[in-house]
Amino acid sequence: MPSNGTINLRRGFDIKLEGAAPKTLSDLAVSAIVAVQPLDFPHITPKMVVKPGDEVQAGAPLFHDKDHPELFFTAPVSGEVVEIVRGEKRRILQVRILADKKAASRAFQPINPSTLSRDHVVNRLLDSGAWVFIRQRPYSFIARPNESPKAIFVSGFDSAPLAPDLGFILEQSGNLFQAGLDALAKLTDGKVHLGLPINASSVLQQAQGVTKTIFNGPHPAGNVGVQIHHVDPINPQEVVWYVHAQDVVNIGRLFAEGVYRPERIVALTGSEATERGYFRTIQGVHLKDLLNNRVKTDQVRLIQGHVLTGQQTSQDAFLSAYTHQITAIPEGNHHEFLGWLTPGFHKLSLSRTFFSWLNKNKSYRLDTNLHGEERAFVVTGQYEQVLPMDILPTYLLKAILANDLEKMEQLGIYEVSEEDFALCEFVCTSKINVQKIISDGLEMVRKEG
Amino acid sequence: MKALRNLLDKVQPNFEKGGKLEKFHAAYNAIETFLFVPNHTTHGGVHIRDAVDLKRTMFTVIIALLPTLVFGIWNIGYQHYLAFGIESSHAENLLFGLIKIAPLLIVSYGAGLGVEILFAQMRGHAVNEGYLVTGMLIPLTLPVTTPLWMVALASIFCVVLGKEVFGGTGMNFMNPALLARAFLFFAFPAYLSGEVWVDLTPEAGRALVDGYSGATSLAVVDANFTATPSPWDMFMGFEKGSIGETSTLMALIGAAYLIYTGVGSWRIILSVFLGGYLMGLFMNVLAPADAPTHIMHAPAYYHLIMGGFAFGAVYMATDPVSAAQTETGKWIYGFLIGAFTVTLRVFNPAYPEGMMLSILFFNVFAPLIDHFVVQRNINKRLKRALQ
Repeated sequence: MPSNGTINLRRGFDIKLEGAAPKTLSDLAVSAIVAVQPLDFPHITPKMVVKPGDEVQAGAPLFHDKDHPELFFTAPVSGEVVEIVRGEKRRILQVRILADKKAASRAFQPINPSTLSRDHVVNRLLDSGAWVFIRQRPYSFIARPNESPKAIFVSGFDSAPLAPDLGFILEQSGNLFQAGLDALAKLTDGKVHLGLPINASSVLQQAQGVTKTIFNGPHPAGNVGVQIHHVDPINPQEVVWYVHAQDVVNIGRLFAEGVYRPERIVALTGSEATERGYFRTIQGVHLKDLLNNRVKTDQVRLIQGHVLTGQQTSQDAFLSAYTHQITAIPEGNHHEFLGWLTPGFHKLSLSRTFFSWLNKNKSYRLDTNLHGEERAFVVTGQYEQVLPMDILPTYLLKAILANDLEKMEQLGIYEVSEEDFALCEFVCTSKINVQKIISDGLEMVRKEG
Repeated sequence: MKALRNLLDKVQPNFEKGGKLEKFHAAYNAIETFLFVPNHTTHGGVHIRDAVDLKRTMFTVIIALLPTLVFGIWNIGYQHYLAFGIESSHAENLLFGLIKIAPLLIVSYGAGLGVEILFAQMRGHAVNEGYLVTGMLIPLTLPVTTPLWMVALASIFCVVLGKEVFGGTGMNFMNPALLARAFLFFAFPAYLSGEVWVDLTPEAGRALVDGYSGATSLAVVDANFTATPSPWDMFMGFEKGSIGETSTLMALIGAAYLIYTGVGSWRIILSVFLGGYLMGLFMNVLAPADAPTHIMHAPAYYHLIMGGFAFGAVYMATDPVSAAQTETGKWIYGFLIGAFTVTLRVFNPAYPEGMMLSILFFNVFAPLIDHFVVQRNINKRLKRALQ
């Protein structure tokens, strides 16, 4: 095996929370209703292809993007389109499908993607709807099929708090991961990069045809953005693509088995989840199927994703397109008498201003309390401690707040995404909404470009 | 606590918009959030937050200031009794110092927080915790004999012209406490130099000891560096000076706490000392051979233990708002403060305390230092894109 390059990242922070998922995998029966939600995909305008009453197979188009008609969004299961849920201004929120029990997919020819041309691979991905798994940086939206990325990145691990163990998940899928990597290799003239943790599982170690780099360090070392920054940073006008490891498996299945099945092995985590573990289900599943009787319901915040970047959700929602984890933590809407004055043995802080530093290995049951009020920027040097990138975080944020497009570009806005700054937001003494600022900045440069 | 919470909840409507005590909203909010960490929860971004907030941060600085404050209180008593040649116990020293210093603290906090709350109310922003530290720093930088009206004036000056004119804490570009001190220094020089460092309230039946001089080490070092107290006394702080500045040891204890908790920048503290020491060595090289007691001959470490050097390095230069903000910039900023302080002390005897002026000076230059660091980051990125 060729030796892998190793990148040591010193900066970052591992937030140790109670409620990791034990490595047990259960199959979850597909619920009656599943939904595809256009809002899961940034910057698309859905145009319906089906109407209520239509029968669809998995991989059959439901809607496409008005501005990029080649981008189809397809049914994750077979069944009947029962409802198109619309919000304000008739905006489409959900396309609901009543799943039949057959789970029939449109049939594609099983084939080794290595033997196909780029056009063939692209066409099958677009045709089946699996293309939406491929996203680009900057901006984190769905990749443009006519563009050629300078490289494609797959992160082989998730370093976020209570994150699922991707090695464990990939072991469940045999060689589909490799088939997916082979398909991706067709899409770029550059390299396909695979980021590995130290002690990577064998599925990752044995991956072929990719350039492997080991990232050794605390969160956010597993963020694909951080890995891109260190391996092949994005310059203006450049585009790289990235795919989540679970979606590499889904792409692999499309070629190796000839079926479209957007499978999700979801980790149910968090101190308020009573039955934690890994659950094999499908994109768009109704969360009640997953969460009923497995999480506490009183004063609990349910999150699709992890505690730093996830979206608040409820049991009545559907699994979002890119969700791989559900976290349940306590709400923190309570007052605390002289809370800022207590010794704080149970209070987690990057600083050592609370005495919790006495116990380094402690896991915390953290709630959603803000622990203070928002203030102007005062403390400096904090963001730098948790951002393992050659970026000057405060200056980038201030450039965004000042709407200074040129400065943003100069300071590397193309290299970042909200999630890379999530820890900055976590540690911020002034309680500033850092991710919101970054996303506003990205939106500004996107509109300008 | 429940009763207190209920009381706060009960009176709260009066302070809200349209309530009859609406004018005191900022004050109510300050007191409420002081007593209780609010029940606000995260929305939108991260779902959990670090337990630290500005209150905790400022509280940590206060803790770090305590050794300096307690020693300052003791030393004021000690210097007083020493001047009269009276043997005194630690308790007597502390008691005397406390009686003298407590009013300064009360006036500083009272006047400063009053104006702070007034501004918060007028501008509709929350009362910032910064003054918890500033209010203690102001008296610590003053001679014990400073009249109370002057302390009040300094506190108000500090809040209004040091912070609020720029938009409040976080927007100012100079250290507010030092700015207040500089204001007093130039406006009322007679009160901040000369025989002001020791409280000479007469003791019944006692006269000042023979040969008593109220001069600080900084005042005498310029003519003859060997006339200063012993290095040990200067390090420990058994000398005359502003209330909090004399003890290097206490400042170092504070520094250790600030650095360990992560609240104070070790880069700044270390580089100030480094800059001062290296400049001291450089002065040794330049020292005139025919004047063996000239200040330039003073061992370099003298500069670090004299006057307010350590106090300034630990508590003043590290103010994150007015210091350089980039990590590389902090090294440069600190180094220049240290080096410039020694230069001022040596070449400009009119202002013996170079620390105050040089911190303020580099507060002004901090954005420029940062500009170069930021530009370097930009250039690196540009170069990479062109390859």
